[in-house]
Amino acid sequence: MSSVRVLVGTRKGAFILTSDGARKRWKIKGPHFPGWEMYHLKASPADPNRIYASQSSGWFGQQIQRSDDGGRKWKAVGNQFAYDGVPGTHQWYDGTPHPWEFKRVWHLEPSLTDPDTVLAGVEDAAMFRTTDGGATWTEMSGLRKHGSGPHWAPGAGGMCLHSIIVDPTNPNRVYIAISAAGAFRSDDGGASWKPINQGLRSEHIPDPTAEVGHCVHHIAMHASRPNTLFMQKHWDVMRSDNAGDKWTEVSGNLPTDFGFVVDVHAHEPETIYVVPITSDAHHWVMKGKLRVYRSRTGGNEWEALSKGLPQRNCYVNVLRDAMAVDSLDTCGIYFGTTGGQVYVSADEGDSWKAIARDLPAVLSVEVQTLP
Amino acid sequence: MIRVIIPAPLRQHAGVKGELALKVNGPVTQRAVLDALEARYPMLRGSIRDHATQKRRAFIRFFACEEDLSHEAPDTPLPDAVADGTEPYMVVGAIAGG
Repeated sequence: MSSVRVLVGTRKGAFILTSDGARKRWKIKGPHFPGWEMYHLKASPADPNRIYASQSSGWFGQQIQRSDDGGRKWKAVGNQFAYDGVPGTHQWYDGTPHPWEFKRVWHLEPSLTDPDTVLAGVEDAAMFRTTDGGATWTEMSGLRKHGSGPHWAPGAGGMCLHSIIVDPTNPNRVYIAISAAGAFRSDDGGASWKPINQGLRSEHIPDPTAEVGHCVHHIAMHASRPNTLFMQKHWDVMRSDNAGDKWTEVSGNLPTDFGFVVDVHAHEPETIYVVPITSDAHHWVMKGKLRVYRSRTGGNEWEALSKGLPQRNCYVNVLRDAMAVDSLDTCGIYFGTTGGQVYVSADEGDSWKAIARDLPAVLSVEVQTLP
Repeated sequence: MIRVIIPAPLRQHAGVKGELALKVNGPVTQRAVLDALEARYPMLRGSIRDHATQKRRAFIRFFACEEDLSHEAPDTPLPDAVADGTEPYMVVGAIAGG
């Protein structure tokens, strides 16, 4: 019988949650790396027992951990993320040039085919790659140097490259997103990049339709439709059907279109999920009610999903990498909150159950569907 | 042997317990002690000093013999009491963060 393994990164350690395919009874292992910020853990699709983890600390900096046995034992691998050449400057909050400085790894994206190859999205925004299982990391500097870099500026959470999607049908096509620069695409394996932000409208920047400067919070794609992307922007839920060349808003009847996560059903490419958040000033769900919204039409028409979720006095957020889906026959949806809860729906979002209630604030959730 | 104390999170990271004892060749300076520490425990590289500049990370301090040596030049000899193993060299995580 199939099983699932949920990798949870929190402000103070990592946790690994496992269940059989019924997804009713769970075992929780952890904390791994207690006390450290675990921004992201993700397993290799090519070798499910190979897991990479981003471990960081304001005191002790960045570490990368690797497990070869599904998360039981870990080994620290290379942690040197050196920008290629003289890194130059980006815009600081006050509009002045500010030197590029490495702070942490936000997102790890293992290759679809090679367990030793991983892309890493970092703050200050750049992308690195390892091809030796994490021992060494090399910047793919075509992104940072493509031309608009000096105009990028940090969002409130830092200038982070937080989303990486590799086209499963064309490994040369890679999408990334940066807060607060926008979305970018490479069609040559990461050597060169172009902004893909046409159609985005952000009222909080001087030119609301600028080529770069948009605070994209997350992007998602269904493997069967690599030209269709979904985006949760600072405000607005967007979609593109031409690989990001043009975006249209699909916020529709959402009660608020601010939020961080967006994800796609494993088997239905037009079924998508978001968690509306009250506003950028109030980073919590609306009216004290935790509700996931599902659209079965690729956006615009949304339904609230609340069965099993707290519907009073709930003031949590769901951060950008804290939602994932499994690929069991009935797709499971998972998300973690800043209040330390991890929720699962084993029925595509119709009903929810807390797997864990009192973890540290959840930064990321990934799920593996295991044979 | 040079006695070295590192913060608990780094002991956990390096898989060690308690105080460390390190052999340092040549003059006993902060640079020499930290070089020896990182040579023995490579996973600590970048967690105390910046990989490239070798400068102390912002929220790390270096103490010995009840003195704060954080701003001393890295090649200044450490006190005799550290060099002869009477006193430990301490890598400290600063009290910070509110």
